[in-house]
Amino acid sequence: MSSNGSSKEKFTFENTEKVKTILSQYPDKKSATLPLLHLAQSENLYISGAVINTVADLVDCQPAVVMDCVSFYTMLYTKPQGRHIIQVCQTLSCSLNGADALVDHVTDKYGIKPGETTEDGRFTLMKVECLGSCGTAPVVQINKEYHEGLSQNLIDELLETHQ
Amino acid sequence: MSTFKPVLTEHIHQKDCHTLSFYKSIGGYTALDNVLKMNPADVIQEVKDSNLRGRGGAGFPAGVKWGFIPKDINKPKYLINNADESEPGTFKDRLLMNKAPHQMLEGMIIAAYAIGCQKSFIYIRGEFYKEFKMLEMALAEAYDGNILGQNIFGSDYNLDVVIHRGAGAYICGEETGLIESLEGKRGWPRIKPPFPAIEGYLQSPTIVNNVETLSCIPHIITRGASWFKSIGPEKGPGPRLFCISGRVNNPGVFEEAMGVSLKDLIFDRAGGIPDGKKLKAVFPGGSSSAILTAEEALDVNMDFDELVEKKTMLGSAGVIVMDETVDMVQACLNIARFYAHESCGQCTPCREGTAWLVKMLTRLVNGGGTPKDIDMIFEITDNIGGLIDFSKGSFGKTICPFGEAVAWPVRSFVEKFKDEFLAYLPQEKVVA
Repeated sequence: MSSNGSSKEKFTFENTEKVKTILSQYPDKKSATLPLLHLAQSENLYISGAVINTVADLVDCQPAVVMDCVSFYTMLYTKPQGRHIIQVCQTLSCSLNGADALVDHVTDKYGIKPGETTEDGRFTLMKVECLGSCGTAPVVQINKEYHEGLSQNLIDELLETHQ
Repeated sequence: MSTFKPVLTEHIHQKDCHTLSFYKSIGGYTALDNVLKMNPADVIQEVKDSNLRGRGGAGFPAGVKWGFIPKDINKPKYLINNADESEPGTFKDRLLMNKAPHQMLEGMIIAAYAIGCQKSFIYIRGEFYKEFKMLEMALAEAYDGNILGQNIFGSDYNLDVVIHRGAGAYICGEETGLIESLEGKRGWPRIKPPFPAIEGYLQSPTIVNNVETLSCIPHIITRGASWFKSIGPEKGPGPRLFCISGRVNNPGVFEEAMGVSLKDLIFDRAGGIPDGKKLKAVFPGGSSSAILTAEEALDVNMDFDELVEKKTMLGSAGVIVMDETVDMVQACLNIARFYAHESCGQCTPCREGTAWLVKMLTRLVNGGGTPKDIDMIFEITDNIGGLIDFSKGSFGKTICPFGEAVAWPVRSFVEKFKDEFLAYLPQEKVVA
């Protein structure tokens, strides 16, 4: 499935109530674009072409307009990712406190460089910019959760709990 | 040592401090109750009189901003709470949202009332999921308690608040980028004027205020503008959350009076530098501020105007400390890479220039630099962010201040630690 929005394929939201609530919250439909994309990604795990078509219908614009928006934001994925997404902050305060070594450690242990996914689809590793948790550096976001002040031992233990 | 007593973070260590019942037990929402009996113009005047300046980075006087909202205009007015905290070195709004969401919400409702807004948004960065859930809970409590919705506290004032999650883009912290993003588009900053107060969200008058700025409002209403103004320097007064990170023993958020010395922040509050190492350089106000050398940092107070005199800025009050073990070229590359990644791509000098800086610095670090590179870095930064002449207030080669935000720090690294950059040049080239 390509993600360029050219297909007529549609996505069916599971949580139709939430879709209605989102659309009712804004004075202008198009403002519902990001929240609908967040919801779709939480259900579908990535933004497929079908998602783009459906969101475009809901907010009353062309799929290309939604795609233009999607392509701007780092948290919206246009391809399937691993079951668990490991995001290591690499900006200065984290970098000064061992973030680079954490990335190398995960790379060595699971054989994935930043941007790659393990063959079993368990982990995707990413280096990201400032997560806004500089006082507890280094910080790693795994899926939705922040894990602060990590060491190599701590991240090992943590990743064991993500199968 | 000052006698300052925390205002915004006074209760954050207490149990259940995030709940409505706790907030009410410490007098929460009484400021709102009083405000709802006031004339909105008087509320704006009180905030103007307090000299409260924005805590997000630009430091614009909040009351003055509110005053720009046109009075007689037949359009809805919007208040947006900027919770897109993304400036490297800054992590205070996250604390306020986790520990004192109702303090922030009360500030929002007061601000909304003052400008005549009935629909307000909290734009929170997408990564802050826990904080998003915390705000959802606070909002639900507020709706249940007649603090939001119809006829708030029995008045004829109605307000709805919607939480809107960002999706990973630093530039959405810039207020017009934020508004574009809220409208469902790329977060591309707009050309100003018109300023958002005249034409913002959906071309309607819009005020964008930072979480910490709004959190100050209930206290200004309750204790008065003159109390607020008595804390720290009169032109930029009040309590301030200073975030200290990097190479310090005790990093964290410390609330102090505006104007506290940077030396006290680093060596007292944050416990100094680990392993007895020496201080080397400091970002005083997030990574967009020019760095200070150790000597400069030990002799400066954290005050808007004083930092401008030192050719840097208070910004978001995100202090990043670098000690003698830090390689300044690597640190500069780290910051340049951040801006190259986050450049929204709209203006050519910024889009291309940030990428060139990363290429040049990477080449330098890998031993492929040439003596010309130093001048070239200055030329690129000048092309992105304008010649840095504070006396002339020279800005503006890009649509938004992102250009300056990359040019100033990168240039300051090279100016202040030129020897370290030269040391990376291959030896034969230095001799030549």
